[in-house]
Parts: sequence; structure tokens; C-alpha cells
Amino acid sequence: MSDPKPTRVEVRLPSRLGYEKVAMSTAAAVAKLMGFADDRIEDLKTAVAEACINAIEHGNRLNENLSVGVILSSEANALEVKVIDGGKGMTGQPKKPDIDRKMRGEEPARGLGMFLMQALVDEAEWVASDDGGGSYVRLVIRLDKAA
Amino acid sequence: MQSETKSYAEQATTPAGTPVTVLRFAGDIASTSREAVLGLYQAQPKQGPVLLDFTKVDYINSSGIALMIQMLIEASGVGQRVAVFGLSAHFTKVFTMVGITKYATLAATEAEALAAL
Repeated sequence: MSDPKPTRVEVRLPSRLGYEKVAMSTAAAVAKLMGFADDRIEDLKTAVAEACINAIEHGNRLNENLSVGVILSSEANALEVKVIDGGKGMTGQPKKPDIDRKMRGEEPARGLGMFLMQALVDEAEWVASDDGGGSYVRLVIRLDKAA
Repeated sequence: MQSETKSYAEQATTPAGTPVTVLRFAGDIASTSREAVLGLYQAQPKQGPVLLDFTKVDYINSSGIALMIQMLIEASGVGQRVAVFGLSAHFTKVFTMVGITKYATLAATEAEALAAL
């Protein structure tokens, strides 16, 4: 049951850990309607969860007065997810985690989220805001891409 | 909204008769799971290998994976082998991407994991 018409779905989340699951479920439902395979939907769910967790923890610093915006835009062959927060955002690309360095205590055990986003979807882009009001991460997953 | 992590420990033996501590988890493994994951591990005797059961885990995020890495660091420090079973195909892929397979054996079933230890 694929839906080829461009569609936009928006969700606003409180900056409270756990609510990333609302975005995961919404993204999964949209991807299912578009005809994505189950394994690609699992990839998308993890990437969206990590984007929302970063937005809640680092962008909005767990300030429950701020919300995280999630905009899902579907085209015929791709689903774009923007996760928007009120922080200054980041530039550059995430480093691949080095498990050996982590095991030796030379880098923190944490810091895996951005790597997972980049590894699990077809495009991951971080866009910083000059005025600190609307940084976002943009994730794209394509229908024709095998897992 | 974040569901709690349930966890408990049991004893098992490998086919060769080696005692194994089995840590069984259920629910979410996230930043709030420190006590259920690391606390449970730290409360166990450090003799023999450790087996981690993810069969009833619904959700793992990067903070939860980081807790697993911290457990692996502690296990490595005392020379304990670690095996994992019950991960979904997706989280098997994620654990492999992160490099956890260098420090823990991933198995499909408890019997396979025990045989690998």
C-alpha cells in the first residue's frame, strides 16, 4: 500500500526523553504507507530517535518549555525528516566511533547518536542556526535503496 | 514515557560445565537504565563469563549502547568474556556497526551463546 502523493506530516514533541518514540512511530507509519521494507523502517526509526534525543538533550537542553519539531515530507521515492530544535546546532560531520579507543577510555562510551544517524539513512545533514533559533538535522531515506 | 528497564540475574552453565552469569533485560535500554544494566552487572560475582539476554528488550538507543560499552570495559578489566543473544536483526546490525562484536560474541539463541563461551 504505497502512497505516491507528496505528503507532509508534522509532530511537536516536548523536550522530555522518551518522547522520541512518538516521532519514531510517526516516521514508521509514514514509511510503511510509502512502501518501505521493514528493515529500512527499523533503520529510519533509530535515526529519527537519535535525532530527537540530540534535539531534546543538546539542542533544547531538556528545557520542557521548548519543543522539538519533526517534519516528515514524503515524495514518490524518498522520505525526508527534519528534526528542529532551539539550539545553535552543529557543523561538520560526525566521527566514526572507535570501539578500541572507547574500551581503553580514550574516548567517551557515549557519542554514538550522530554516527548512527549517518550510517542508517541515505543522507544526514546538520544545519546550524546563526541566531540559535531553529537548527535542524535533515535525514533522507530512499525507497530504491537496499538495506 | 520512557519505560523502565527490568533486569535480573540467573546462573547457567556452558555445555562444557563452566558457570555463567546470565543478565536478562526487558523493556527499554536508554540513559535511565544505568542501575538496571551496570548496577546489576556490578552486583554479580566476577568469576566466569557473562551472558546478556536481549530477547525481551523493545528499544535500545545510543545511550543504552553506551551503557553496554561501559559494561564491556568493566568486564574486560577483570578478564570476563561476554556474549549477547536475543537481539533483533536491526540491533545485531547496529551493535556490529559500532564495533561491539570485537569485544562480545553475538548469538541468535541462548544455547548458541552458551556454546560460544
